[in-house]
Amino acid sequence: MKLFRDRIAAFKPFVFALCLLPLALIAWDTWHGVLGADPVAQLEHRSGDWALRLLLTTLAITPLRRLTGWHKAIRFRRMLGLFAFFYVTVHLTVYLVVDLGGYWSQLLTEIAKRPYITVGFTAWLLLIPLALTSTQGMMRRLGRNWQRLHKLVYVIAGLGVLHFLWLVKADHREPAIYLVVLIVLLLLRLPKREPRRVIGRPQGQNT
Amino acid sequence: MHRSFRSNIPASTITPEPLYRRRREILQLLGLGAVGLATGCHSETPPAAAPAEAIAGAKLNIGSKVDTAAGEAQTRYKDATHYNNYYEFGTGKGDPAENSGRFHARPWSVEVAGHAEVTGRFTLEDILKPHALEERVYRMRCVEAWSMVIPWAGFPLGDLLKRFKPTAQAKYVAFTTVNRPGEMPGLSYPVLDWPYREGLRIDEAMHPLALLAVGMYGHELPNQNGAPLRLVVPWKYGYKGIKAIVRIEFTETQPLTTWNEAGANEYGFYSNVNPDVDHPRWSQKTERRISGDGFNLFGNRIETKPFNGYAEQVANLYTGMDLRKYF
Repeated sequence: MKLFRDRIAAFKPFVFALCLLPLALIAWDTWHGVLGADPVAQLEHRSGDWALRLLLTTLAITPLRRLTGWHKAIRFRRMLGLFAFFYVTVHLTVYLVVDLGGYWSQLLTEIAKRPYITVGFTAWLLLIPLALTSTQGMMRRLGRNWQRLHKLVYVIAGLGVLHFLWLVKADHREPAIYLVVLIVLLLLRLPKREPRRVIGRPQGQNT
Repeated sequence: MHRSFRSNIPASTITPEPLYRRRREILQLLGLGAVGLATGCHSETPPAAAPAEAIAGAKLNIGSKVDTAAGEAQTRYKDATHYNNYYEFGTGKGDPAENSGRFHARPWSVEVAGHAEVTGRFTLEDILKPHALEERVYRMRCVEAWSMVIPWAGFPLGDLLKRFKPTAQAKYVAFTTVNRPGEMPGLSYPVLDWPYREGLRIDEAMHPLALLAVGMYGHELPNQNGAPLRLVVPWKYGYKGIKAIVRIEFTETQPLTTWNEAGANEYGFYSNVNPDVDHPRWSQKTERRISGDGFNLFGNRIETKPFNGYAEQVANLYTGMDLRKYF
């Protein structure tokens, strides 16, 4: 009896473990008390970094398929997207429970008044329906609307990068890298001049 | 020498264990050896497994010591020297410690200019000579809403300024940081309009709490904390405490300051710590205190006090001023 349906299925646990690795490293550093002088800020930054990275990785699947013709890559997309949601949730939880802890009265004004928190929180809210409708059953039930709903991910990614750009004091180099990656990933989605042939029949791709 | 080192840590504070242990290493490092240890240090527990960072820089001769942080737990030396902003060495919090090794804090001189009877270039030795060093434990509130408690060593800024005999036209004092791209890698990127400049109104500068610091934790300032000469204005946000000062100018008009230029709606000239005036992008009501053993995940957040807790001493400088307008 075969343990996995095919190679992609066999590879999934590996990708799953890989996605958990940043969390494991964060937990390890927390446990060993090596997060530096401001551990709470470190937890926020690292969980936020990975949330954004995984979100962009999810958005990289479509261009990857287009460029390489490796269509099966799509089978990793749900997992990556859910992990992006997971890290955003960890990020928000650290902010709420660890950072703001005891000062929750500050929370509502923070969400309403701080543009960077407003957009970050909105991004998390928008991710919830996407996560909830990520199952096979929901895809079937929603039909064409599923696609429409999941176009929200472009908005979410934009808000995520904006969240980073707006919280930086003066040095915008790091968030700018994320912005450039996002723009490139979006540009790679634009229909090409002779789209059908190029996308539809990748040559010499048999894997 | 030994006595002054011991009293470096006020008895009222809860001395973090690692720091307490580190004192032995520091003493050993200074070659004081067993004699100093025998009487000076009661903690004979073996050093922690992880080697603690030794305090760099020569030990200073400090006269009086004042804890102006109400006995609040001090920040560890390692945290205060390895987590700070000094964009001339990079914008990461660890960059100053990492990239300041090539910086030469000696020889040093300071140019004094503007509306004063005595102006010119003075060596650091000339600047420091008449002043007795004192230790001041101050809260340091960063505009980014984190804070520390640091024992600085220095002398009142006003004591120095008076030596130059400022004239009646001297309404403000402007400070400039050294500009050495070869030694300060952060300068190669124009994240701010270099060189870094700061300023105070003359009465603020003359206030006894305004400190010119040459040391911290009983020792000379490390490069990353603004060696050899920096300003500490405890009732203002941290960036007002300009580092590595090479120029002091008495001006009649309000001087341009670097962060104010970078974002006038976010960083005012006064920049007094004020929980009621938020930074446009984040709240200033509370702050994350970095102190004690440095690893309290929970319960770091405390309320920010007006003028960083120094209202009693400095609020009268601003009577009649709308602090929302002049933030």
